[in-house]
Parts: sequence; C-alpha cells; structure tokens
Amino acid sequence: MSKVQLTVNGKTAAVEVEDRTLLVHVLRDHLNLTGTHVGCDTSQCGACVVHVDGRAVKSCTVLAGQANGSSVTTIEGIARGDELHPMQAAFRDNHGLQCGFCTPGMIMSAIDIVGRHGGVLDEATVRHELEGNICRCTGYHNIVKAVLDAAGRMKVAQAAE
Amino acid sequence: MGMEGIGASVVRKEDKRFITGKGRYVDDIKLMGMSYAHFIRSPHPHAKIKGIDSSAALKMPGVLAVLTGQELVDDKIGNLICGWMIHSKDGSPMKMGAWPAMAPETVRFVGQAVAVVIAESKNAARDAAEAVEIDYEELPAVADVRAAIAPGAVQLHPEAPGNQVYDWALGDEAAVNAAFGKAANVVTMEISNNRLVPNAMEPRAAIADYNAAEEHFTLYTTSQNPHVARLVLSAFYNIAPEHKLRVIAPDVGGGFGSKIYIYPEEMVALWASRKIGRPVKWTGDRTEAFLTDAHGRDHLTRAEMAFDKDNRITGLRVKTHANFGAYMSLFSSSVPTYLYATLLSGQYDIPAIYAEVMGVYTNTTPVDAYRGAGRPEASYLLERMLETAARQLKVDPAELRRKNFITQFPHQTPVIMAYDTGDFNASLDAAMKAIDYAGFPARKAKAKADGKLRGIGVSCYIEACGIAPSKAVGSLGAGVGLWESAEVRVNPVGTIEVLTGSHSHGQGHETAFAQLVADRLGISISQIQIVHGDTDKVQFGMGTYGSRSAAVGLTAILKAMEKVEAKAKKIAAHQLEASEADIVIENGEFKVTGTDKKIALPMVALAAYTAHNLPDGMEPGLKESAFYDPSNFTFPAGAYICELEVDPGTGKTSFVNFVAADDFGRLINPMIVEGQVHGGLAQGIGQALLEHALYDGNGQPVTASFMDYAMPRADDLPSFKLSHTTTLCPGNPLGVKGCGEAGAIGSSAAVINAITDAIGNNKLEMPATPDRVWHAIHGKAA
Repeated sequence: MSKVQLTVNGKTAAVEVEDRTLLVHVLRDHLNLTGTHVGCDTSQCGACVVHVDGRAVKSCTVLAGQANGSSVTTIEGIARGDELHPMQAAFRDNHGLQCGFCTPGMIMSAIDIVGRHGGVLDEATVRHELEGNICRCTGYHNIVKAVLDAAGRMKVAQAAE
Repeated sequence: MGMEGIGASVVRKEDKRFITGKGRYVDDIKLMGMSYAHFIRSPHPHAKIKGIDSSAALKMPGVLAVLTGQELVDDKIGNLICGWMIHSKDGSPMKMGAWPAMAPETVRFVGQAVAVVIAESKNAARDAAEAVEIDYEELPAVADVRAAIAPGAVQLHPEAPGNQVYDWALGDEAAVNAAFGKAANVVTMEISNNRLVPNAMEPRAAIADYNAAEEHFTLYTTSQNPHVARLVLSAFYNIAPEHKLRVIAPDVGGGFGSKIYIYPEEMVALWASRKIGRPVKWTGDRTEAFLTDAHGRDHLTRAEMAFDKDNRITGLRVKTHANFGAYMSLFSSSVPTYLYATLLSGQYDIPAIYAEVMGVYTNTTPVDAYRGAGRPEASYLLERMLETAARQLKVDPAELRRKNFITQFPHQTPVIMAYDTGDFNASLDAAMKAIDYAGFPARKAKAKADGKLRGIGVSCYIEACGIAPSKAVGSLGAGVGLWESAEVRVNPVGTIEVLTGSHSHGQGHETAFAQLVADRLGISISQIQIVHGDTDKVQFGMGTYGSRSAAVGLTAILKAMEKVEAKAKKIAAHQLEASEADIVIENGEFKVTGTDKKIALPMVALAAYTAHNLPDGMEPGLKESAFYDPSNFTFPAGAYICELEVDPGTGKTSFVNFVAADDFGRLINPMIVEGQVHGGLAQGIGQALLEHALYDGNGQPVTASFMDYAMPRADDLPSFKLSHTTTLCPGNPLGVKGCGEAGAIGSSAAVINAITDAIGNNKLEMPATPDRVWHAIHGKAA
C-alpha cells in the first residue's frame, strides 16, 4: 500500500491505496472527482488528462504514488466559482462538445496547448497538438474553433490581469 | 422569442455540466455496497469449453462469486434475440444460432463471455479472473465470408447449415435481366465495405441493483433506448417483469448505434445482483469495446449497372455478402436488407433493381447497425459506380448524375421506398459552387506542376430516416413499432417538463427540444426541462437511432403540445371571459386577439391546478401526452465533394477542401445540425482512409485497441465547408428530416472518388491507406 498526499484543485488530500493504483482512480474513486474519464486504458484517447504541477498528463498512465506531493488540477478545478475558464466557455460557445465524454480531457489538454504556445496558435498547430485526444462526436471541427477562440480570450484575460 | 425558437443556433443547455466535469455517466455512479464484475472472455475464436475450475479464484480475498454460463441456463435466463425476422428467397425464416449471455458449451468469437467474477473491488475481480482455469478444446475457425460459405467450411451453428443466416432478395429480377439484355454499356464493380468499430468514447457500463424486499431491479446502463432494453430484458430474457425493472440511461457518452443493443453484460449484472444480493457494477475497458460492442458494415459486393446509349441508368444488379459475425445481434438482420437494398436507387431514376443479400456467420464479433446502418453501404456502392461509370463513359461525373437524378416527387423506387420530396440538383449546385468545381482542372494542373496528384470526387447520397412507420416496418418483419411518445407537463408555476422517449447521448435534445416548446409558447428555454432516459419517469419510448429524434420524437412532443395549448386556451378564455377561438399565445401570454386582455402562462397553469374556476366539466391539471407514428420515412439527401492531393512518392493523401450541401428540411438548431454533420463526416472519412477492424485468417482480432485501430485524430481531418438547401419534409408537421447519419453515409465515396480520380486507377479499397494508394499508383498488389 502507498500513502499518497496530493493537493487537488487547491485542497489537500491524503489517501492510502494499493501500489498499482493509477492517479485517475484516486481522483475518480477516492476523491469523487468523476469529471476525469477513462476512455481507452492505453494512453491514446486523452479523456483522463489533468494537470500535474502545471503540466498536462494522462492520469491513466501515472501511478498515484508517482504523483505524491504534487499539485493536481482537474476539470472541476478550473472555473473561478461561477465564472467559467475561457476554454470552458469557448467549448460551449463554439459547440465544441456533443456527448461530453472526451470534453474534460480536451479542455485540460487545450489549456496546456495554449499555455505552451503563448497563445499564438493556428489551425494546423492546434490539430497537431490535439493528436493525443480522441473525440468521436465532433469531427474536431468545432473543437479546433473553440481552442483558437479560447487562445484569444486567454490572451485578453492575461492582458487584463 | 425568436432568439431561442426554431431555427436559432442556441448554445446548449446541457453543456455546463459537461464542461465543468459534472456529467453523470454510468461509471460515475456509486451505490452503497456495490460489488464489481469482471468478465472472463474467450481467447479463442472457436472452441469447446471442457471445464471451468474456479476453486482457486473463490479463495482469493474479496471474491464474492464466480458465475458461469451453465448457471444462467439453470436459472432459465433467455438467450439473446434478434428482433427483425427476415425470410429468404425460398420463403424460409432466417436461421439463428442460440446466443447465451455467457457460453455454457461453445465459444464462437474472441471476447465472448464465458464466466464472470464478482468481487469487492475491480482489482480483486481482475486478479481472481486470472486464477479461473478454463479448459478449452480449440476448433477450426473462419473469419472470412467467402471462406465461411465454401464447401467444407467449419460450421458455427447447427441451426444454420453452410453458415448461412439467410439468402434474401429484393426487386424484379426479370426486369433487371431484360434491362441488361438491352444495355448499351454495363459497368461492373467488386466493392468491399470495411468492418468498423463504433468506438463511442464512453465504454459500455452497467450497474444492477436488486431489492429483494420489493423483488425489484434498477439498471443503470449506457443505452440509447432504455425502454427497449427494459422490454427485451423482461419479455425475452426472463430477468424481471417490466414493472419490477427500472432502466436508467443517464448521461451516455456517444452511441452511434452500438448502444442500441442489449448486451450480455447487462443481463449478467442483473442476474448476478439478485444471486449475490448486492449491487453489481461492470465497466468495460476499451479492448472489451473492440471485442464485444457490435461492429458495423463488413460487406462484399459485386454490382453491375446498365446504361442506355444516352447514359441513362436502366438497371442495377447487386449481390452482397454480409458478415454477421458469430451471432445475430438485436437488429442485425435488418441492416443489410431493409436498411440497405431499399436505398439502392439513390438519387437516381432507376427503373429496375434486383439485390440479393446473403447473411453469413463467421467467428468474429457480431455486426449490427453503426451510424448509417446499411445506408452508407448502399450509398458508397452507388456513388463509386456512378463515378466509375462516368470515367468509363467519358462524361463528367456531376453531369452523369444530373442526367439520372429523380426530379419529380413523390417518386416510387423499385425497391420499396417512396421518396416524398427533394431537390437533388439544388444540393449538387450548392456543393459545386462551394468547391469551385469549374476551376478544378486549373488547380489540378498547378498541383501536377508541383509534383502532386490532385483529385476531385462527388458523392450524392440519400437516406431513409425518421425511423419508422410502424405498420410498414411490421410488414417487413420488425418485432417492434417505431413510433415515439412524449408527455408535456406544465407545472402549477408555469415551468414546463417535457418527458420524451428519445434519448440524447450527444445530440443536444435538452436544447433543441426545448426550442420547440419555447417557440410555441414564446417563453425562454430556461423555463423548460427535457426529461429522458429513465423508465420510471417516461412512460415509454423507442429511443434514439436512425436519425429519428427530430422527425419522430420531436413530432410527438409537438402533438402533446397541441393538446396542452388547446386546454390552456380553454382555461384562458374562461378566465378572460372571451371566446376560445379568439385566444392567441404570444410571449408566454394568452391574449384575446384585437384587445388588450391577456393572462400569463403561469396564471393559466395555476388556474388549472387550483381548479377553483375552470370551465364546467374540465379536469384539473395541465399535462398531456401523445404517441406519434410517422406515415413514411423521411429522406435527407445531399451532395458532398472532396478535393485532395496524393503524394505519389508516399501514397499519402492530404485534404484540400471538403464541402457538404445537405437538405435536412427545416433545421431546429443549425449549430447542432452542423455539429452532427461534422461528426458524421469524420466517421465516413475515417472509414475511407483509416479505420478497419481486422481479423487474421483464424479469427483472431488484430485491431483491438486504439494503438492498432486507426481512429481519426484532429490532424487527419480538414475543416469542413457546410451549406444547406431546403425542401420541407411533407410527412411531419415540422418539416424536419433528420441529420444524424448523413455525414457518415455520404462522405466515404467522395473521398475514394477523389483519390481514384487523382491516381487514375478505379481499383482501390477502403481504408485507402498510404500503402494501398501507393500500390494503386505504382501498379503492384498491396
């Protein structure tokens, strides 16, 4: 058994789990943060993407023990109260989701993509960067639009701060 | 309230929970005392089960039970059924082998459930499954259709000699023979339609909860049609009578057909919950989805098209072999017959059509409806043939289509369908304009100068949606009616709940359906709640598939709304001391036309429930229901054109442009409609370029994860250019046709027609991987 201490969405959490327990299962089963999804088990689909110490990671491929001491942000932790994160708002406004299952991972990946590119993005870059997130509903058309839209919104928000 | 009414691109009400991680999918649900199921599945495509030893597993920590197929038999749990009877040419009924939820004696595909471990945790169940010893005697297996029907092939089911489920035909063979006898030109093609895996992003899951005191079951399941699930589980599987079984399909993460069916896992979870006296949860993993979700397509077809000297199509002859896999899934029998051959006239006036379809068992995962279901296979076949014929006849492919378009409606095809309306020239015009068809030769020449092979491909599809008129499908063998039901409840404070038998698993019903109500009453969609997916709340429903939710489900809501409005007008007239005929509904108010007298909807609703002052003899309350059975299918149609470049050095395809011009009739929410088209296009393009569920010669699947089955990714696809032309569907009062499947039906042929145009070789199969394209260019077999 491993003792794992995390800061999840700003709150500390301590769990004792089997050594083989994955981070995604700590989030879903122990902390009841079910917004992070499991879609494939092979690190392909990206439905499980969360941020660990500010980096997007596939939480189905990280042992909970490896994340010990880390700060984890999940889809539940990116809005400020009732104010949606610009990426969340852009997904809604651009109809960037249908069934919603891949959406949390898409949004968490997309925030990371915008951050890594300093908000300077074009369609080809967004499509290339989304290679690790699979959506079966949208054909990606509106997801790409949403990410480009959010990149603009995030720049504006950053400038305002 | 035009801003939120019919035709407005309203942002979706349901999105907030999905973008904040507050969706509630089956695997998100925890019940007190819940146990976990892990299925032990056959690693062999065909084998006898000689023995199952679970003694070691039962001693492992946390293990509650190991249950086997024989125990299902002993408890008289029914076999899985196929709900659509097809008769062969000779009049004999289709021949079905028994499909138990867990195999007691023989396994017939890799992944078939043999036993289940129930334990205190997922990991405990998995660990114990490793300790269950199953003694198999391997048998020869066959995965290929042609090999399966060859003399001497291994036989899958004693009930189906020669591995044939049926040998079915539709159309007038003599008339077709006569047409070919007089033909000036004949085009012949052998075409396969590759097997696909639906791969909704949410894997299937089920939680079964048996309450012994009430003898009542609750099932949470990933279903597109919870009432159909309850009906089948009750009527055929002997799980529980309907009033003792509640089925809830909460948020469901995509379906595409694969979540229509009632699978062994739900049955076993219910049965096991009663056996062990605990709630039982099963969540599939992705490989289980590849092995056990019903697959799609998988046709081999030889087709001939006859033309007269003026290039008019005079006859079509089709012979298709459909691979059903090892068992007949719930609606599988209808897919390559009444959902396929009935669309073989396409957008064209073809006087004589004859189609023969042989359904064949193989040692592979069962095949059933996947987005489009039969119609993509028909459309792909026809549109490949039209394009090939144009090249053979040396005429422009668009012009050959125009010459043969149906232009008068209604139009009775020789294969059952009576098209109600359409304007095929309009959609082709729109697509050609959008892609600058006339400018293509110049672009091709420029690409050639750059060392690239540029091609353009057209596909004009039609589909039969709004499934379906119950009497018509009943006469063709369907075991169910395909109407839809709705209930509209106006609460005493004037807010509205709409209960629908349709089920949203991505389609945005909570918004689009609310738009209809908002439109009629002139209120905000925030005042309206769409309730679906729970058999305890919604009285009955047939669910969502076959692009039916707007044409059938929403029309049922409209019918219930009309009843509510009629009663509300009576109440308003009584309150306002006016004539009922003078009452109009505007902006949430009931007004006496030509006066300033009015009463707001909440006051009408309150009057209905207080019942202090209602017209004499009127029942209190304001709640109405309706069942709507369509009189015909609807016929969405359109034209897709793909322009792309092939690198002759690598065989790699790159999109230049993809345009879609669709006629869906009236659009309720254009934003949602376009999203449906985008997703359909991606699945059709995925079929054309990437996806293929492959088996080796012995029936071992070789594509059973996202590492080896090529799902379309963002950088495999272009942005799409969409437009709409409109002929209103005369068959329903909203004039809607349905948009869920069009993209998947029409796009594959456009892509392959563009590649074959680019490379100058008509022989190319899907998926057109760089390897296949390179060999098609350079003239060597792949």
